[in-house]
Amino acid sequence: MVLECKHVWDHISGYLDGTLDAEVLEKVQKHLEHCEICSAILDSTRNILILTADERVFELPIGFSERLHARLETEMRDSESKSS
Amino acid sequence: MKADGENRDEAQMIASILGGNTQEFHALIQPYERSVYSMALSMLQNEADAEDAAQEAFLKAFRNLEKFRGEAKFSTWLISIMLNEARSRLRQKKTAKTDSLDELNEGGHVSPALLRDWREIPSEVLERQEVGHMLQVAITDLPPIYREVFVLRDIEDFSVNQSAEALGITVAAAKVRLHRARIMLQKRLAPELRRVMPKRRWLSWF
Ligand SMILES: [Zn+2]
Repeated sequence: MVLECKHVWDHISGYLDGTLDAEVLEKVQKHLEHCEICSAILDSTRNILILTADERVFELPIGFSERLHARLETEMRDSESKSS
Repeated sequence: MKADGENRDEAQMIASILGGNTQEFHALIQPYERSVYSMALSMLQNEADAEDAAQEAFLKAFRNLEKFRGEAKFSTWLISIMLNEARSRLRQKKTAKTDSLDELNEGGHVSPALLRDWREIPSEVLERQEVGHMLQVAITDLPPIYREVFVLRDIEDFSVNQSAEALGITVAAAKVRLHRARIMLQKRLAPELRRVMPKRRWLSWF
């Protein structure tokens, strides 16, 4: 059985994560070999994931760590004085 | 995230902290600061709120460390504390108009405020900055259930199973949501990215 494009799209995410069953994977791969549209969609989806992983989309604000550990320090001192 | 936290004996660090060596908590959480903050920012969409909520989540983790049983990874446990913190803050703010709009917005369309923001970007900014901003806007625009799993899996590099565990959903549900999140982003971003980075192939989904 040959997969239609829209069925291939359902498997794009699983294909990128490598979680497809062997049987489905083979069908998807066969389809991708000759379908320009689906392989372009796959490429652009993969590119977006690569950019997302690359870009440090949500970067830590300057001084975040210092402020966090200072607040923790206060908490730790309080908890120690309570328990002793 | 995987690389940072994986080769340590966290169970032993936690035992030591609970045994009174509280200073070790600083080292324990250090590899996870960015993941927790990313999750907070993607949910709360405001840097000051996100930082405050992230601090609160780490404090709660410290106070409740004895309740950590070690069935899950420490990072997964931390993220679930962060999620609860962010969700309860969002519930408190629920009366605000923008939030209810956001909840209804299942299709992941552009909200007016963010669109305005996008138009303000000067054309001469570096491509990299522009792309980063585009991604951030598109991701924060996803409906929450899709955004959460996308941030964990594709930004913070959690496995699908670990993402499901942190979110308290089944692996199957995590896969479905992740798929929808990726499709929504592809549909939205492919045309925008084609303009900024014309050399690559950016075919729209439909
Ligand atoms: Zn096709």
